[in-house]
Amino acid sequence: MLDTEQKPLVSVRDLKMHFPIHAGLLRRRVGEVKAVDGISFDVIEGETLGLVGESGCGKSTCGRAVLRLYDITSGEIMIDGDEIGATSQAQLRTKRPTMQMVFQDPQASLNPRMTVEAIIKEPLDEHTKLSEAEKREKVGELMDAVGLNRQFAKRYPQAFSGGQRQRIGIARALALNPKFIVCDEPIAALDVSIQAQVVNLLEDLQEQFGLTYLFISHDLSMVRHIATRVAVMYLGKIVELAPREALYAEPLHPYTKALLSAVPEPDPSLAKTSERVVLQGDVPSPANPPKGCNFCTRCPSVMDICKTTEPTYFEVQPGRFTACHLYENNNDTAE
Amino acid sequence: MLIYTIRRLLISIPTLLFIAFVIFMLLELAPGDPMAQMPLTIPPEVKEKMRLALGLGEPWYVRFPLWLNQFFIVEPQYWIDSKFGTNFADGAQRIISFQSRSPVFDTIAQRMPQTLWVVGMSYVVGVLIALPIGIISAYRQYSVFDQAGTFVSMIGFSVPPFFSGVLLIVIFSVQLKWLPSIYDTTHVVTNWDSFVFQLRQMIMPVMVLALQTTAQVSRYMRASMLDNLTQDYVRTARAKGMSETTVVLKHVLRNSMIPVVTVIALGIPSIFGGAIITEQIFKVNGLGQLLIIALQGNDIPMVMTITFLLAVLIVMMNLIADVLYGILDPRIRYD
Repeated sequence: MLDTEQKPLVSVRDLKMHFPIHAGLLRRRVGEVKAVDGISFDVIEGETLGLVGESGCGKSTCGRAVLRLYDITSGEIMIDGDEIGATSQAQLRTKRPTMQMVFQDPQASLNPRMTVEAIIKEPLDEHTKLSEAEKREKVGELMDAVGLNRQFAKRYPQAFSGGQRQRIGIARALALNPKFIVCDEPIAALDVSIQAQVVNLLEDLQEQFGLTYLFISHDLSMVRHIATRVAVMYLGKIVELAPREALYAEPLHPYTKALLSAVPEPDPSLAKTSERVVLQGDVPSPANPPKGCNFCTRCPSVMDICKTTEPTYFEVQPGRFTACHLYENNNDTAE
Repeated sequence: MLIYTIRRLLISIPTLLFIAFVIFMLLELAPGDPMAQMPLTIPPEVKEKMRLALGLGEPWYVRFPLWLNQFFIVEPQYWIDSKFGTNFADGAQRIISFQSRSPVFDTIAQRMPQTLWVVGMSYVVGVLIALPIGIISAYRQYSVFDQAGTFVSMIGFSVPPFFSGVLLIVIFSVQLKWLPSIYDTTHVVTNWDSFVFQLRQMIMPVMVLALQTTAQVSRYMRASMLDNLTQDYVRTARAKGMSETTVVLKHVLRNSMIPVVTVIALGIPSIFGGAIITEQIFKVNGLGQLLIIALQGNDIPMVMTITFLLAVLIVMMNLIADVLYGILDPRIRYD
């Protein structure tokens, strides 16, 4: 299913996004929150890369940094053949049509003083030379595509339910025919019955328009449903990246194991036999990550080396990447 | 919205009647005698006759309805008569000032232009200075400009006009001799030179008052901008690839203006109240000065009428602010 020959649409190398901490009388820089600390991954054209991890691990920051909604600390980001890691925000504007984002909070991410039509049409005003009638027609098409009634075009966002608002957000993201869409927990703010609708809509649109997604979520079963490959993040780093089936069947990294064991098993007889890995302690502060492996403070299979040396992120099996000392000894391709 | 406005107008009638009653009773119960300024050589029985002639012989429950009748029925009739040459008033008793023995409304009409020119202009200037300061301060939070703006606001809040006004006079009139220290209200603008003179005599009182307005409005503007700059929909606008000008002026500013417009509208009655202290310092014989002289002379009809007119303005501006809120913010609907 996963053809490694396919060219990546998005290619991220050693992406770092550190937020400075200022303190004291003179607001000196006393440290930094390493929200995203050197991650690398590819997103292949037409696939959905799921990005999972617990709250505060840097998933959303990663998604925004990839689209350069932040000025990144360092790293390379290649989207559709263009290196945008160091491009200025002004130059980046012309490239925005290729890459779009669906935001987490469908209420807050829509300007309350603009009608649905104005929200969807605005990027067309900025980036295209369509006539007013063509733009309005395009808005209508987009609203059809996401399953919204065209008659609602003149209403304001607050007149819609959460699910409908998220559809507006999706229509808005689609307006410029992007190739790559970052979905930043698009379903987290919706209730369960609507979640499935929105995820299915995203899948349909992917098929229809040939989209590539980076799907950020903390909902493991939803990611299993939509993603082709899954990346697991912990404290600003990717600890494991693998094709969906392989990852869910046989997680390699201890953190992935713990994370997956937390997914409830609907079959009671299986639930009894499945072993729940409960992690002790809290996630360390990203401002002060532990020495060695980031996960060494909570890892159930921690070794001495973990507390001193940072594990490298390498391909442990074809298509499967992990960063863990457990797999480094029997694989000489490390480094 | 129309129904709401009409309902609010109806509700404001009992409110205003109550305010009128409270003002009337406060003046009634306050110590002080309109005859106190009269020479001591006037015998007490003559004074008593004068008091009766002023209508002070009647108890408050007779004088209050009489005043209401004069204010709401007789005075509007006179106004209509003067506009259309009709004769509704038919020589009815107007509200007469104890001091000048001329109708209160005539005096107010004479004083109004001075106050509107000086105080109104200072309000406009103050707001026009405040808005860009607030916008830039928020956009470049903690920059040198922001710090300077904060400092200026602090001065505006903490230095009272009786200090800053006198300071300006000492510097620009006494030391440098650039500007006149007294505002000449009889000055008529006929040509360029007289226009320049008008500008020169207006600068100081206008700037003293504008400093106060600027301090307040720029703080509101800054806070409101900061509030909106961090909202998700701003990130959405950036992700759409809108230019920074569009993001700030269209998305952020329009949303930030909602509370600021309310603050500005609510500040308008204070223009009509005049700036009592500043008008005294620069000898602008506007409404503020009129009010203070009337207070000193126990001129009850004058004080009562000016104060009540201010109350009407405040109630109306409150209503206008609420209606503006509904127009500016589509999330608020009153019907």
